[in-house]
Amino acid sequence: MNQEGTSKTGRNFRCEDLMRNKDGSVVKRAPSRFRNAIAKYIVRRTQGCSVCGTCIRVCPFGVHEYAGKKLARPREHLCIGPSCARCIKECPNGALSLVSNPLYETLGDCRWTNDLITSTWFEAETGEVPPNHMEYRVGDSGGGFDRLRFRFPKEESGKYRTDGEVSTSIQLNKRRDGRPEISIDIPMYGGGMSFGSISLPIMLGRAKAAKVWNTFTCTGEGGYPEELSPYDDHVITQVATGLFGVREQTIQRVRVVEFKYAQGAKPGLGGHLLGDKVTQDVASMREAVTGSSLFSPFPFHSVYSVEDHKKHVDWIKEINPRALIAVKVSTPTDIDMVAVGSYYAGAHIIHLDGSYGGTGAAPDIAKKNIAMPIEYAIPKVHKFLIEEGIREEMTLIASGGIRTAYDAAKAIALGADGVVLGTTELVALECVRCGNCESGRGCARGIATTDRELSQLVDVEWAAQRLINLYSAWHTQFVDILNRLGMKSIQELVGRTDCLIHLDYVENRIEVDRGEG
Amino acid sequence: MPKKYHIKVRLTRPRFSPIGKFSIIEQDKFCLHCPVDKCIKKDCVYDVYKKRTFDTYSMLDTIDSLCKNCFRCIQECKNNAITKTINPNFRLLGNSYYTPDLIASTWFQAETGKIPVSGAGYRGPFTGSGFDSMWTDMSEIVRPTRDGIHGREYISTSIDLGRKPSHLQFDQGGDIRTRYPEIVELPIPVIFDILPFGYVSKNIYLAMAKAARILNTFMIIDIEEYDSLLEPYVDHLIPLISIERLSESGDLVKKARIVELPFTDRIIEDIQKVKEVSKKTIVSIRVSLTEDTEEVVSKLVSDGAEIIHPCADETGHDIKGVKPRSIKDAIRQIHLRLVSERCRDEVTIIASGGIADASHVAKAIICGADGVGIDIPLLVALECRVCGNCKNDIPCPVRIDEIRPEWGERRLVNLLGAWHSQLIEVLGAMGMREIRRLRGEVGRAMFYEDLERETFGEIFGKRDESRRNK
Repeated sequence: MNQEGTSKTGRNFRCEDLMRNKDGSVVKRAPSRFRNAIAKYIVRRTQGCSVCGTCIRVCPFGVHEYAGKKLARPREHLCIGPSCARCIKECPNGALSLVSNPLYETLGDCRWTNDLITSTWFEAETGEVPPNHMEYRVGDSGGGFDRLRFRFPKEESGKYRTDGEVSTSIQLNKRRDGRPEISIDIPMYGGGMSFGSISLPIMLGRAKAAKVWNTFTCTGEGGYPEELSPYDDHVITQVATGLFGVREQTIQRVRVVEFKYAQGAKPGLGGHLLGDKVTQDVASMREAVTGSSLFSPFPFHSVYSVEDHKKHVDWIKEINPRALIAVKVSTPTDIDMVAVGSYYAGAHIIHLDGSYGGTGAAPDIAKKNIAMPIEYAIPKVHKFLIEEGIREEMTLIASGGIRTAYDAAKAIALGADGVVLGTTELVALECVRCGNCESGRGCARGIATTDRELSQLVDVEWAAQRLINLYSAWHTQFVDILNRLGMKSIQELVGRTDCLIHLDYVENRIEVDRGEG
Repeated sequence: MPKKYHIKVRLTRPRFSPIGKFSIIEQDKFCLHCPVDKCIKKDCVYDVYKKRTFDTYSMLDTIDSLCKNCFRCIQECKNNAITKTINPNFRLLGNSYYTPDLIASTWFQAETGKIPVSGAGYRGPFTGSGFDSMWTDMSEIVRPTRDGIHGREYISTSIDLGRKPSHLQFDQGGDIRTRYPEIVELPIPVIFDILPFGYVSKNIYLAMAKAARILNTFMIIDIEEYDSLLEPYVDHLIPLISIERLSESGDLVKKARIVELPFTDRIIEDIQKVKEVSKKTIVSIRVSLTEDTEEVVSKLVSDGAEIIHPCADETGHDIKGVKPRSIKDAIRQIHLRLVSERCRDEVTIIASGGIADASHVAKAIICGADGVGIDIPLLVALECRVCGNCKNDIPCPVRIDEIRPEWGERRLVNLLGAWHSQLIEVLGAMGMREIRRLRGEVGRAMFYEDLERETFGEIFGKRDESRRNK
């Protein structure tokens, strides 16, 4: 997480264009917007320092540097801690010491640990896989993805591939119904976040990144800002229960339209944008009144059966003959039946949104208690669609708690075709998950806000580059996972539960040592 | 249609600054003394530094309770002079069941009466023990409209306390012979149970009684603690009496709509004695939850019990036993036993012990209770820190006995207002409009063991129980 000098904050960051670098990569360094990084360790230097420069010489990570004739304050966020500590051991004056930073403990929780947050920042800044001293693959929630590991064959088994040419692309239309066959280059796209819940620069940044990686982002339910028009081919627009900002023209602009029946963070509760966040811009986009709270009711009051649902899908298909239809639902007990219903209604994509994710403000009681975690829903639906003989015709997308590339790969191994990212993208844009998205002027870090002053904190190009970098880092990890499993395409991984072990299961325990991530 | 039950909440500030989760530390040695208008502190979105005060009684800096953890001052200070730690006092709050986060959330609800809301997803463990190992369901598409707390449609949280006959009997002339039983309708499925600890003063009892009256529910009060100050609230009291002193408490028994008796081997005779004093008074039987409670309950129902009140310990477990069960499992077993004996509908079951947040109310009812009793959350609403000082005769850090009853009443009403809204949210999500219909509806819930077996069990085989929750 190198910062290019303290004067160069993200606010001034300009990525000249989003064209590929000479080597074909799209990664460009996108340093933190903030002056001070949140470091895991504190490196102290006492007055005993003789400015001999030994520490600068021995540190492989650039923690120590000169500031004129003196030494600068250590750049602690680059330090990997006691496993190195070379500067401490080799300082001739014993002037250096190393302790854990209590600040680091205040970041994160058991689902998004501090390491997961800072390693996501690392990925977004550098586009690279984080170094091993950060736990970038699993959190500490004690279940689901955090207890699943990949069962990689031993290196000498000959299964390892090193010949490159691994495909991470997936198909969004598998129905062969005459509608366009759309494929995306990475097995993930951006989740629905409305204008109102997030700022315009964030929306634009997401759309630009989606275009570079040939995938999609989603408008959520809150209108379709005109500024997104250059990216229409990479935008999914949402039709949700409040129908905010939905017009025939917005439906006709896109290649994929998503029905949002429910969302994982607040299943069965509908949406609620507090009055404070309904600024003039938001109100005009949604054709509503400034300052008054906006409710998206639950459920669609015109849909009480699969037949009604089909009518809905037909309506969109009629308005936009080239559009694919995605159906976003949360994860009740009968989620398998819901998925089959969506197939018969004519949907191309069934998008399951598990209960532990979600970006927007939601009642805490709902986040913890209503509907099942995505880890259970994926195999349940995958299996049922196979039994019904329609798995090959549906694209199964999972979201709601996909934090890392390894979570995504595990979701695919459990039976999804791909995943949708929400909170992860916001974390890449330096969300600290303080959770105050809904209060007052909104996000203090300029992400989930429409306050004119606060949304200035984020620059479009910077946001786009952070997400491009995040996708790149994940892409590298997907390729690595597939290589190690001896697979040529991420599509081969779908439903391959034999590639996984679960640490809580008896027969898997002997293999625990071999499991990774 | 009856008048809609609505709990009016009002912002009721705490008497002491709440203990914040974080402590902000300014490292003077790094401060560059920038001009005041350049200092990052003035940019705080939440005005934490502007509103700052220091409370000399409880030695609390308000900066810690106002901070919302956005990290901006920490990340933007010109010389990295600001940092923070987790407040050690926050970590010391409560215990492993009443966690610091749960206490902070309860304080918020008692202050505002609002549902706790936050963004960016769930933050807790994947699963846990007891109520934390189940999820409530939601109804995706096919169901009637329910608009939750914002809705135009009424979702009822009423339950009935008392014995319900399984059928009616008629005489030859066609007139009803069945005597219509005494039943009390509660608009919210929560009663105030006996407080397990705390310097419980008259002020606290008054606050509870006033709140019980406003909410139209009940508080259980040990007859030894009864004071004539509580007389105006007698309609909302359930005196817990011992049969030996029935004659002394006869007046109260006559006035009370419900009384509670501790379970003994001669409980049926005891109930008869109460009925002799006051025919109309409903009797609730307080039973300590143990592994043989199903037997006891089953027998009591066949003997005509009206209300049975199984009480678990403070953490929601059997009070004794080799392997104490969670109240979640105990209620399910009691409920299923009565269902199999075809008498479940005749009796009212109120479950107590370990009901710590609104989700526990819904989950206890799904498991088979009609309603619940709550205790420690009431103390927490009155700023209790669950420190246990009172158990050791050490002074209460928040002088809980000195509260003004009116203030306490508002805090309790706020807490229950927030819980009621959350119940409606959960019911709405499940597509239910009657909490009575939720009782025993395990089809509207998902249990950890079942989900694991049906999904991961099919893939990975046998789960190693010893590795649970590690």
